[in-house]
Amino acid sequence: MPADESNPQLVWNLAHDVSQVLEYHFMVNALLAGSVVAVMSGVVGWLMVLRGETFAGHTLSMMAFPGASAAALAGIPAVWGYFAFCGAGALALGGFGGRRRTWSEQSAAIGALQAAALAAGFLFVSLYGGVLGDLESLLFGNLLGVSNGQVIVLGAVALAALALLAGLTRPLLFASVDPDVAAARGVPVRALASTFLLILGLAVAATSQITGVLLVFALLVGPPASAQLITAPPGPSLALTIFLGLLVVWLGLGIAYFSVYPAGFYIATISFAVYAFVRLSARVALQRSRRLPPVRSSPSPPPRGVIA
Amino acid sequence: MLAKGGPAGDGPAIELGQASVVLGARPPRVVWSDVSMAMARGEFVALLGANGSGKSTLLKVVLGALPLAAGTAHVLGRPAGEANRVIGYLPQRRSFDAGLRLRGVDIVRLGLDGDRWGVPLELPWGGPRSRRQATRRRVAEAIERVGASSYAHRPIGQCSGGEQQRLLIAQALVRRPQLLLLDEPLDSLDLPNQASVAALVHEICREEQVAVLLVAHDVNPLLPYLDRVVYLAAGRAVEGPVEEVITSASLSRLHGVPVEVLRASDGRLVVVGQPEPPAFHHDRHADPASDRATHAHTHVHAG
Repeated sequence: MPADESNPQLVWNLAHDVSQVLEYHFMVNALLAGSVVAVMSGVVGWLMVLRGETFAGHTLSMMAFPGASAAALAGIPAVWGYFAFCGAGALALGGFGGRRRTWSEQSAAIGALQAAALAAGFLFVSLYGGVLGDLESLLFGNLLGVSNGQVIVLGAVALAALALLAGLTRPLLFASVDPDVAAARGVPVRALASTFLLILGLAVAATSQITGVLLVFALLVGPPASAQLITAPPGPSLALTIFLGLLVVWLGLGIAYFSVYPAGFYIATISFAVYAFVRLSARVALQRSRRLPPVRSSPSPPPRGVIA
Repeated sequence: MLAKGGPAGDGPAIELGQASVVLGARPPRVVWSDVSMAMARGEFVALLGANGSGKSTLLKVVLGALPLAAGTAHVLGRPAGEANRVIGYLPQRRSFDAGLRLRGVDIVRLGLDGDRWGVPLELPWGGPRSRRQATRRRVAEAIERVGASSYAHRPIGQCSGGEQQRLLIAQALVRRPQLLLLDEPLDSLDLPNQASVAALVHEICREEQVAVLLVAHDVNPLLPYLDRVVYLAAGRAVEGPVEEVITSASLSRLHGVPVEVLRASDGRLVVVGQPEPPAFHHDRHADPASDRATHAHTHVHAG
């Protein structure tokens, strides 16, 4: 929220309100950074949700905490700590999950890694000697204090991540839904899984220093999960993910500008509200479709309910 | 782009010569040894045997994913693993996650181009229009071939087991393979669906001139269609027509203990007295629903 004494007032004139928001350089930077984050975490998150790696993504975003505190302890810029720890965490998860593990084994390992990472962060904080100045912005971000340099770094990471995914997405999708068939076709299933975790880790590291550890997750999960519920084909679903991400960020920042509460709260809450609304509508639609007589033209008698 | 001739050479669809597979190091376990088989192109062969007898292992050998401890493996005239471009493979599985938000048509399409780098989207700059149309047409053809057009645009997690199995067969077919490897495609289907999927695979085998090696627990749904069977047990294999392999004498010799093969009045086979977990689900055949299986056959042929 802006630090002005008098809060800006909404005049309910869209053009006027928008130009009022854009008057401030910090708001322009916040909108730029937020938009880059929405696009990057939308695309990365879409794959993450589809691959069922939400817990891994959550753990990677948590890696920012030991990363930031280790950087503070070592006296280097926090951004290096973010990248080092998120990257290392991604490699660790990739090394473990690449081989055939059951879901319960994998989630247990991810949980163990998360606990260890948080404990390490705790140790670094106490070694640093007291309070880590920016603990609040570490967790909840500082969207309204983004510098020009940060916008550039963020944009560069986003471009790199999107360029990599432009080449990898199709085989990655194949390896996600059909690992055995993909492997038989010569798709490097394991290497792709590790590479994707690394992209996820770097995207999270770049994002979380601006949006905070907790907020990155709202953008990584909410829009893709909502979009995948709304539509199934990959193209529309990805486009909708990006649209929802941008909508959530712009709305959140816009409301925060005219209110006294932090932008992060609005972004996370809108993201959740969209997901909750879509989830409920999907359930209502499913119940309605069940009431209609089933339309079938497969040659076999209906096996539904017996098999599923 | 569509692998038509592909890298395959001449020679039988599958040829194993005194092949042995050893898995694990401590202690090494011989899965099977001295297995020889030859499967001609266009043949429909069932691979039978109890749980753990090494059926899926044999498919992995054919795909070149598992090395042989001894012997040779040739597939479509090439060493195993070199002709995978023209092999359609359907691994053993339960089903797709009910929450998976991809449509059947997306899954089938991945079978066609999923191993190419890029994004799974139809981009205006993603190649010439004619190629994109050809891709779409081929995917639609394969889906039509298995009779899945009416549900191919639903999320696959919401399709029934039988519907998912048909879509996966379409995925295996979409590149016009010369050999189909189907690992328990009838497993987890009810009897009418077992019968109709078996009939579908037979139809594809004949009309598309593709050799089919189908792993099954229960030979009965396949009996009307099979050219030959390969029966794995006790680390060895017998190969031949059903009426020669699934007999009391042949299976007793293979298992090394007396085994009895009974034939019901309608032709179904029941194997009694195997030392391992039953390869045939006796209880299923006591089920009155099995009459519906026969009914489903006629239905498919008529339709």
